[in-house]
Amino acid sequence: MAHDHSHGHPHDHGHGHQPHPFQPDLEETPLTHYQVMTQAVGDLLIDKGVFSAEELRAMLEAIDAKSPAAGARMVARAWVDDGFKARMLADVNAAAGELGIDAGGIPIRAVENTEGVHNVIVCTLCSCYPRLLIGLPPDWYKSRSYRSRTVREPRAVLAEFGTVLPEDVEVRVHDSTADLRYMVLPARPDGTEGWDEAALAGLVTRDCMIGVTLPKSPAA
Amino acid sequence: MSARFAVGETVTVRVAFPPGHVRTPFFVRGKTGRVTEVLGPYRNPEELAYGRSGEPALPLYRVIFDTADLWDDYQGAAQDTTVVDIYENWLEAP
Amino acid sequence: MSNERSEDGLLRRHHDMGGLPAGPVERNEHDYAPWEKRVDAILRLLADPKRGVLTVDELRRGIEELGPGAYDEMSYYERWIASVTNNLLEKGVITVDELGRRMAEVSAAWPAGTAEKS
Repeated sequence: MAHDHSHGHPHDHGHGHQPHPFQPDLEETPLTHYQVMTQAVGDLLIDKGVFSAEELRAMLEAIDAKSPAAGARMVARAWVDDGFKARMLADVNAAAGELGIDAGGIPIRAVENTEGVHNVIVCTLCSCYPRLLIGLPPDWYKSRSYRSRTVREPRAVLAEFGTVLPEDVEVRVHDSTADLRYMVLPARPDGTEGWDEAALAGLVTRDCMIGVTLPKSPAA
Repeated sequence: MSARFAVGETVTVRVAFPPGHVRTPFFVRGKTGRVTEVLGPYRNPEELAYGRSGEPALPLYRVIFDTADLWDDYQGAAQDTTVVDIYENWLEAP
Repeated sequence: MSNERSEDGLLRRHHDMGGLPAGPVERNEHDYAPWEKRVDAILRLLADPKRGVLTVDELRRGIEELGPGAYDEMSYYERWIASVTNNLLEKGVITVDELGRRMAEVSAAWPAGTAEKS
């Protein structure tokens, strides 16, 4: 799959075609055809009033504000509070609201790892991912290899991430094909008795919410 | 919402290979699984993809498959499963 | 329409890749460039129900129609902006004429010019 190696970035035209201050590091790099397209399309949509420059700026900030930390907070709360866990398993979006997290309007479902079941999330058809809770997905999640192989040989893919599961555990792969997005609610690691939520959240990585790894171990 | 299938029911994915925007993956066509959840209704993505309304909205089913049933030479464990969200128009009684 | 034939002669579209053979998962991660986030932001704004210009379904369908070469020749957000733009042209939100003129202005205004690569 092609990687993006571009380092230049187009101007953010707030008010038409005014010249911008010279930014030597960025403006020495040529723009690609699609970067030019991106700039032009955004500018035209602003000029036509489809959205405003301010709305675009606010959306960029909103994208930057999302990170796996929001999911980690929810997992940590679920580990210490059975009632919250039940509500999270029933409706992630509503449960997120209890913590002041806006998980957006697309329904997100949490699938729980147990002693007998290990869950893994994939979108074979494109790149569906709970972006509005935990931010943008890593490149590998969107790669041909991950999308092709995770449904076919999940244990081999997990092994590449260093995750080896016992033969008697059920590996359950969820292909996000429709209107729901999925995240894994991993199992609480042993040796964390009495830990506070912040410390627990520190064990919850993005990758364990995708299901390719387990949470960090307290010993690590 | 009137759903054709219920939780626990065995369903088979319709065998058809049209062009167009289809959200039922190739690898489950013709395969048989079990409904674990009935969701929706949701507007039909095959129609939304062309700027149409996608209505009437369709029930959406979480269908669980034995992964070993999906591949001739599955190398994992016998109890491994795969869950796919499938719109009602792609499911039939076995 | 971008199609592939499976060995049984059944139609498998190129984006429908679950189960196809592939190499190891390369653990690539890159910080998203500003232009990439701009593409994502544009799509989210257009797809917001209060504007309803474009749906995620139309975005996906547009990507699927780029052709099988798109996965080898284009990066993820290049596919997105190509699809968004094609959809906007089809819907008449923007015209080819005005897009071409604006793109030419953007290119001309950029000190380093444009790259030869698509």
